[in-house]
Amino acid sequence: MSYAIQAEGLVKSFKETTALAGVDLAARSGTVLGVLGPNGAGKTTAVRVLATLLRPDAGRALVGGHDVVREAGAVRALVGLTGQYAAVDEMLTGHENLLLIARLLGLPRREARARATRLLEEFRLADAGGRAAKTYSGGMRRRLDLAASLVGRPRVLFLDEPTTGLDPHSRNELWDIVRGLVGDGTTVLLTTQYLEEADQLADDIAVIDRGRVIAEGTPDGLKEQVGGQVLQVRPMAAQQLEKVHAMVSAVAGPATKTESGLVTAPVNDPELMPAVVRRLDEAGVRVSELTLRRSSLDEVFLSLTGHRAVEETTTDEDKTEALV
Amino acid sequence: MSTVTVTVDVTPAAKIRPWDGLQQTCTLAWRNLVQIKHNPMELMDLSVQPIMFVLLFTYVFGGQMAGSPDAYLQYALPGIIVQNALFATMNTAMGLNIDLTKGVLDRLRSLPIARSAPLMGRVVADLGKQLWSLLLMLGLGMLMGFDVDGGVPGVLGAAGLLLAFAVAMSWMTLLIGMLVSEPEKVMTFGFVLVMPLTFTSSAFVRADTMPGWLRAWADVNPVTRLADAVRGLMTGSGAVAGPVMWSLLWAAGIAVVFVPLVMRAYRARS
Ligand SMILES: Nc1ncnc2c1ncn2[C@@H]1O[C@H](COP(=O)(O)OP(=O)(O)OP(=O)(O)O)[C@@H](O)[C@H]1O
Ligand SMILES: [Mg+2]
Repeated sequence: MSYAIQAEGLVKSFKETTALAGVDLAARSGTVLGVLGPNGAGKTTAVRVLATLLRPDAGRALVGGHDVVREAGAVRALVGLTGQYAAVDEMLTGHENLLLIARLLGLPRREARARATRLLEEFRLADAGGRAAKTYSGGMRRRLDLAASLVGRPRVLFLDEPTTGLDPHSRNELWDIVRGLVGDGTTVLLTTQYLEEADQLADDIAVIDRGRVIAEGTPDGLKEQVGGQVLQVRPMAAQQLEKVHAMVSAVAGPATKTESGLVTAPVNDPELMPAVVRRLDEAGVRVSELTLRRSSLDEVFLSLTGHRAVEETTTDEDKTEALV
Repeated sequence: MSTVTVTVDVTPAAKIRPWDGLQQTCTLAWRNLVQIKHNPMELMDLSVQPIMFVLLFTYVFGGQMAGSPDAYLQYALPGIIVQNALFATMNTAMGLNIDLTKGVLDRLRSLPIARSAPLMGRVVADLGKQLWSLLLMLGLGMLMGFDVDGGVPGVLGAAGLLLAFAVAMSWMTLLIGMLVSEPEKVMTFGFVLVMPLTFTSSAFVRADTMPGWLRAWADVNPVTRLADAVRGLMTGSGAVAGPVMWSLLWAAGIAVVFVPLVMRAYRARS
């Protein structure tokens, strides 16, 4: 198996802040590595080190087999970077932004123009290509920024929170683009605060918090590692909620109930499900919903770090906590 | 790192050849100039202030300073041109700072290009803008009656000297652009630097009317040397060799100190 990105013991401090406190990362060639972490976890710092923009204080990293410090030039020649904030020149048109990169990469004029035009088309920016980028919407800027990082046909692509601030439609679109690139053999390292995003795109996930990798594995593996599954029961009649809650708690351990009439319990033993069904049946309780599902990555994160990944507005779960 | 690493089958040139670096500088200079096409206001910025200064200084101060606007223009135009050139170096720093804060510099630094190309590209592009302002002011001055007795060689010499000095000076402002956190601050710092520097020189008035302590400073102020040199070359009168030599020495001195400082600050960002 070959690795396009390998990092070992990366440390980086800014004055008092330790942004990276010994981070190991590895991305297999042609796969997506999702780096998942909350604000300030060190995601951007890690990306900047790997993209040769920051020198690590300690540790080392290879990208495409080249050392990011000693062979920075070689690394730069094979990576593309889309930073957390769209780094486009607002004064230039979309076409000129891409042309600039193409020319800097040494493409002859005609070829550079052709590549800029083709990328604009691929990213649905053909109509806006002649307009200054400062007139672009947030989503268009993101797309232009991503297109700019693809001008050099990078073998390794770094995407730092590529979908933050995008609407669901643009986000799906970007996911498709990433899938396409990976299909063509590109290795992608993608940072995100969205558990769903990592779940959707990543082959492997590294969860980082406060400059450390606190868990890693495949999305499925991670979910199993931390807690397996969640059992949910919804009684047909709302007045039986208490009764069902007590029953599930008795069989599966501490359960929670929501105002919407759902009883939820984390379970590790698959045998519990039939047991719960038997008890419900014996008691003559009719249920409208009975599911055993994998824990979401959000729940994974909560159990790994003891705090939530993102501060959310009140959700079903929050209400549960208020109720219990 | 126990697993075997297979190198991706691209063997990129890790070293950037000087010729490539030069081309990259030109490409980046193009980038800084082509903006004007989409933002004609920028050309206005480059034109309005110089025109305003020439008109105001000549017609408002002229009578009192030298007896007539016409006579004052002969003295002051080179000084106004010098002041404008120094102010314009702040734009170089502004642009750099915007690139820095917007992340554009990160994108450029992640490309396999010469490290200094983003800086050099800016300096080169701003030379073009400097030249534009210079021609505009000189043209306007001549319309208003400025005598270019130094002839074509004098004007070319003055332009060359001015641009050389401006390039050196822009490394000083680039350092500001590299160190401050937002573009507005560049202007504040730059203003505090350039304004006193030009007013405590012989750019607008002869230094011999100043109090002793100020005069002592004005005599060594690089802007005095430069203003005297540009004036001498353009008008073909007064001492030329001394001021030209001193201006070049100052420019070299500034460059020797500030180019390494800027490059260090640039590298320190990693
Ligand atoms: N240039 C810098 N100077 C000082 N501190 C920094 C710098 N860059 C990052 N930090 C600090 O390092 C820590 C990690 O920052 P980093 O930007 O890597 O986090 P992140 O995971 O990308 O967060 P976010 O999700 O908010 O983008 C933070 O505490 C941050 O304040
Ligand atoms: Mg970040």
